[in-house]
Amino acid sequence: MSASTGPRSLRTPLGRVRGLGSAKAGTRHWWLQRVTSLALLPLMLWFVVAALSLVGADYAEVRAFVAAPLHAVLLLLLIGALFHHMAAGLQVVAEDYIRHEALRLGTILLIKAACVLLAAIAAFSVLRVAFT
Amino acid sequence: MSEPQDPRQAFFIGRRSDGTAVQRPLSPHLQVYDMLQVTSLLSILHRITGVLWSAGALLLVWWLAALASGEAAFALVQGFLGSFAGVILLFGLTAAAWYHTLAGIRHLAWDAGWGFSLPEVRRSGLAVVAGTVVLTLLTFAAALILW
Repeated sequence: MSASTGPRSLRTPLGRVRGLGSAKAGTRHWWLQRVTSLALLPLMLWFVVAALSLVGADYAEVRAFVAAPLHAVLLLLLIGALFHHMAAGLQVVAEDYIRHEALRLGTILLIKAACVLLAAIAAFSVLRVAFT
Repeated sequence: MSEPQDPRQAFFIGRRSDGTAVQRPLSPHLQVYDMLQVTSLLSILHRITGVLWSAGALLLVWWLAALASGEAAFALVQGFLGSFAGVILLFGLTAAAWYHTLAGIRHLAWDAGWGFSLPEVRRSGLAVVAGTVVLTLLTFAAALILW
C-alpha cells in the first residue's frame, strides 16, 4: 500500500518529512531553550562580574553604570534571553506535572503572561535609566 | 482506575504479568527512583534550581524597576539585599544559579552526545556539585571583600 518500510504509522509521508509533529512546532521549543541557554552563559558571567563591581556603589554610580551603552545593551539582551529561557523551562515543568488539562493550559498561559510582563518592566526600566 | 483527567494518560495503560490492567504513572514519578542513586537526584535538582532562579529573576526586575523609579525605591531594595534575610536569599540564589549553570552545561554536552557512559556521568555529576560549592564560595568571598 505505501512505500513505508518502518513500523505502521498513521502519519502521512508529507507529515513525516516536515517533521513538525502534532503540535506543528517541531523541535523549535526545545532548540530555542538550548540556544538561549548558550546565550545566557556569557551574559550571566558578565552580570556576576558587573554585580560584584557594583557592591557598595551608591544610587548615582549604579545609574551611570546601567546607562552606559554597552551595559544597557547587555542588560537588554540578558533580559530577553533570561525570560525566554525561563518561560520555556517553566512551561515544561507545568506540562510534566499538571494533569488537569484546563489547569495546565491556564498555568502555561499565566507563566507566559508573567514572563512577558516582567521582561517588559525590566527592559523599560533599563531604557528609562539609559535615556534620562 | 480513576477517571483520567489528562488525555496523555491514555498512553500509560499497561498490563501486569498476570494480565490485569495497570495505570502507568505520569511524571512526577519520583517514587520509582532511589534518590541515593545520585544521578536522579542531580537531575531533579536541575529543575528545582531552575524554578528557584525564576524567583531570583523577580529580584532582578525589582532592582531594575527601583533604579528607574528613584532614589527612595532603590534604597529600599538595597536595604533588603543588604539585610540578613537578603544576604541569605542572595547566597541561596547564587548557589542555585551556579548549580543550574554547571548542570546546564552538562545537559548541553549530553544533547551533543557526549559523556553518556556511567563512569563519565558519575564524574561529571561530581564535578557539577564540586564546581557549585567552589564558585558559590568564590562569588560570595569576592562580594564580602568588595563590601
